[in-house]
Amino acid sequence: MSQGTNYVLGVYEDEDVLMDAITAVRESGVKIEEVYSPFPVHGIDDVLGYKRSWLSIAAFLFGITGTCLALTMMIGMMGIDWPMIIGGKDYIPIPSFIPVTFEMTVLLASFGMVGTFFVISNLKPWGKPRIYDIRITDDKHVMAIDLDRNDKSEADIKKVLQSSGASEVNNKKFD
Amino acid sequence: MISEERYEFTATAKKRLIITLLVGVVLSVLGYFTLGSGDHGSGHGGDDHAEVVENGHGEEPYSAEEHGESDEHGEEEAHHGSSPSVKRLLSNLWINNVFFAGLAIIGVFFFAIQYASQAGWSAGLKRIPFAFGSWLPIAFVLMLVVFMVGGHDLFHWIHADLYAAEGGDDIVKGKAPYFFWPLEGGAFPLFWVGRLVIFFAVWYLLFRKLRSLAFSEDIEGGTTKWYKLRSTSAIFLVFFAVSSSMAAWDWIMSIDVHWFSTMFGWYAFASWWVAGLALSLFIVVMLKDKGLLSVVNENHIHDLGKFVFAFTIFWTYIWFSQFLLIYYAHIPEETVYFLDRWKDDHYAPVFYLNLIINFFFPFLVLMTRDAKRHTRILKVVCPAVVFGHWLDFYLMISPGTVGDNGGFGFLEIGLILVYVSAFLYVTFNALSKAPLFAKNHPMLKESLHHHI
Repeated sequence: MSQGTNYVLGVYEDEDVLMDAITAVRESGVKIEEVYSPFPVHGIDDVLGYKRSWLSIAAFLFGITGTCLALTMMIGMMGIDWPMIIGGKDYIPIPSFIPVTFEMTVLLASFGMVGTFFVISNLKPWGKPRIYDIRITDDKHVMAIDLDRNDKSEADIKKVLQSSGASEVNNKKFD
Repeated sequence: MISEERYEFTATAKKRLIITLLVGVVLSVLGYFTLGSGDHGSGHGGDDHAEVVENGHGEEPYSAEEHGESDEHGEEEAHHGSSPSVKRLLSNLWINNVFFAGLAIIGVFFFAIQYASQAGWSAGLKRIPFAFGSWLPIAFVLMLVVFMVGGHDLFHWIHADLYAAEGGDDIVKGKAPYFFWPLEGGAFPLFWVGRLVIFFAVWYLLFRKLRSLAFSEDIEGGTTKWYKLRSTSAIFLVFFAVSSSMAAWDWIMSIDVHWFSTMFGWYAFASWWVAGLALSLFIVVMLKDKGLLSVVNENHIHDLGKFVFAFTIFWTYIWFSQFLLIYYAHIPEETVYFLDRWKDDHYAPVFYLNLIINFFFPFLVLMTRDAKRHTRILKVVCPAVVFGHWLDFYLMISPGTVGDNGGFGFLEIGLILVYVSAFLYVTFNALSKAPLFAKNHPMLKESLHHHI
């Protein structure tokens, strides 16, 4: 997804004000790109109208890849390519394979999730993570609005933000 | 201010449960008598099958199959006297006793652990599992009676001839103090019965104490009762940690007296726990359908669903840990347990069904968020999990008590119906005696705002 370059930021002090502001801003027809907050705010997804994340499905797929990979390798190597009897078991002793299969599932699921996190938060080696406002990791909530994706004029959007209880309304430009 | 709610145990609900109970009685009587006239009655050879290592045959456990078939050489001792159908009846009574006693104490355990961990989310629903505790005195009487009447048919270690100075069983002799202390091996199993009495006595006393504290909170309010509930819960949990494991050894593991597993206490606990959680969730969902439990919403149901899901995995983890070590180490005196269950034509289907119904089915179905929030799915999964863990106990107990004379027929179904309806009758009766949730619970407000 290509990202815009020209943003208006509403800065909020309090999460209750923020929650009401999100509803008010959305009702006025302004599209919010993202809201950043220093801590998790309960119910913010619902207010923003976000759909359920598909992250859990991705995790499941990464995990099942690990399951298949582990079983394929062990059955292929130990049971078919070079069959060996170990501890008097069958060539393909499924119970003995379970711990490795489990570990491989967990490993690939977690690696996959770390990779996904890097990609979606633009932390990949060639990516340039965007910092809208340095205070979002400290004590401010920031609502980012992409001007290019909104039909309303900049002045109108700023007016909406101000009336919704923002303590500051700033401009932010990226290259 | 939240107004209190009461569950009314209506006459129709009572009538339905009593009819179910009567149907269960009829089925089990029918099942019992068709067993007696069937061909099962004639085969006495199979009795010893499950006790492969007994009578000094410990060196050759692989003879399991032959042993069972060629066992006609007069090894039929006095203690194998009861007919297979009597044994099967006693075995089934014991399975249900153990299973439902476990569910009863798990209800109290759930309640106690919520206080000890200062959990807020469960404030509105924890009285539902807590009501299971009212089954404890009945479970105690049933267990004691079945043990006194049928102990000889259920427990191999009870027979005095095993403890004879000459010709006895050395393995069982070594375990004698655990059953008979301070008496001699082969006398009255004082220590065993004493533990049974003490466990139930302490469980029931602490249950009563927790109950009176919880109900007085309804009247007085404030936080003093909450602190008392918390400390009583902590005492209960310490006692439960030890007693639940020992109960599992006493009531279940000692049936296969030559065999032991250090995982067993946890294994039985995990099975009880997940069954208790599933039953609690099922009752909560049913009460919600009746328009009760206004303080419980889909977030709480989701959390209980996560509990069922997580402890399904926990049970599998424990089950597998026990299985894998025995499978991998391949020590004859240990593998005999799984030979009787896994490599036995009679129990192998149950062995696989146990894994499917208790792991694969709930694991795959409850994995998504929606499944745990939609009561329609929970209404299918929860009873399946409860039944699945009944099967788990069936698989722990039956091969050791009845061996190849076991089965699953009218007798089993009938007795399950009898116990389920009696257990639910007691539970609903207890629920109707007090408000469904504690309106003065200090964390009820927090619970109302629970959001996940």
